[in-house]
Amino acid sequence: MHDGHDHPTLPERDEELNRAQITEMALRQLLHEKGVITADELRRQIETMDARTPAQGAAVVARAWTDPAFKARLLADGAAACREAGISTGPFNLVVVENTPEQHNLVVCTLCSCYPRYVLGLPPDWYKSKAYRARAVREPRAVLAEFGTVLADGVAVRVHDSTADMRYLVLPMRPNGTEGWSAPRLAELVTRDSMIGVAPARDP
Amino acid sequence: MSRHFAVGERVRVRQASPPGHVRTPAYARGKDGLVERLCGRFANPEELAYGRLGLPARTLYRVRFAQSELWPDYRGHTSDTVDIEIYEHWLEPAIHA
Repeated sequence: MHDGHDHPTLPERDEELNRAQITEMALRQLLHEKGVITADELRRQIETMDARTPAQGAAVVARAWTDPAFKARLLADGAAACREAGISTGPFNLVVVENTPEQHNLVVCTLCSCYPRYVLGLPPDWYKSKAYRARAVREPRAVLAEFGTVLADGVAVRVHDSTADMRYLVLPMRPNGTEGWSAPRLAELVTRDSMIGVAPARDP
Repeated sequence: MSRHFAVGERVRVRQASPPGHVRTPAYARGKDGLVERLCGRFANPEELAYGRLGLPARTLYRVRFAQSELWPDYRGHTSDTVDIEIYEHWLEPAIHA
């Protein structure tokens, strides 16, 4: 209870808001006040987004490793194959790019931070950093090495800049020593980073 | 209307710096590449960004550039590439291979 005397107020606040955060708050309040979206609709959308995880992408990759016909459909039309696997894709197209002994794929969005959220969830902070966005197209081999991925001689690096309406998923190579594994067991080896292309899938 | 290009055709990205929202990265402007695929037709995002309809829809291409074309001092392998999505109104025929 307050006892009537003055005491210094404790600074109890988060970090200073930046311009973008203030703009977002102002826009959100306007959308609520004008009845365009309710706070609950926004909350539910965030909840739906948060429920997406790399497990969705891993299941798709593992199925491609074990089902050649599905893999062919996935490479031909990634979004259609995801829908076939029970993943809702919204309006987005998905280009699936396959790693092979001859080529390694790496995904970046230099203009902003486009990311295949419906198969991977929210992007990691480094994916959105200016350093990654600038360097992935400029010196991809150095970036890969910083993630511990050193490519053999003769492997071409194919960078994919996600500049417009397509989204990208890397189909990593199936690790050796997994012959006869089931798709659910294989999916445990498929990491988020392997589907962005900064690392291979985990070894068994 | 800009003309359409075929897979494998050599194209050049227009060298332009229009103000506002553009979806063609500066590092690709003025550079030559090969059409990797046609992605379909989409409302122009450079118009959508301003609340307009973005119609007529534009053809979106994926163009593959050699790293050595983008960065003359590139130090990786000569076979390394960057694929970039580029809208038709940013592309013109390459003058000569």
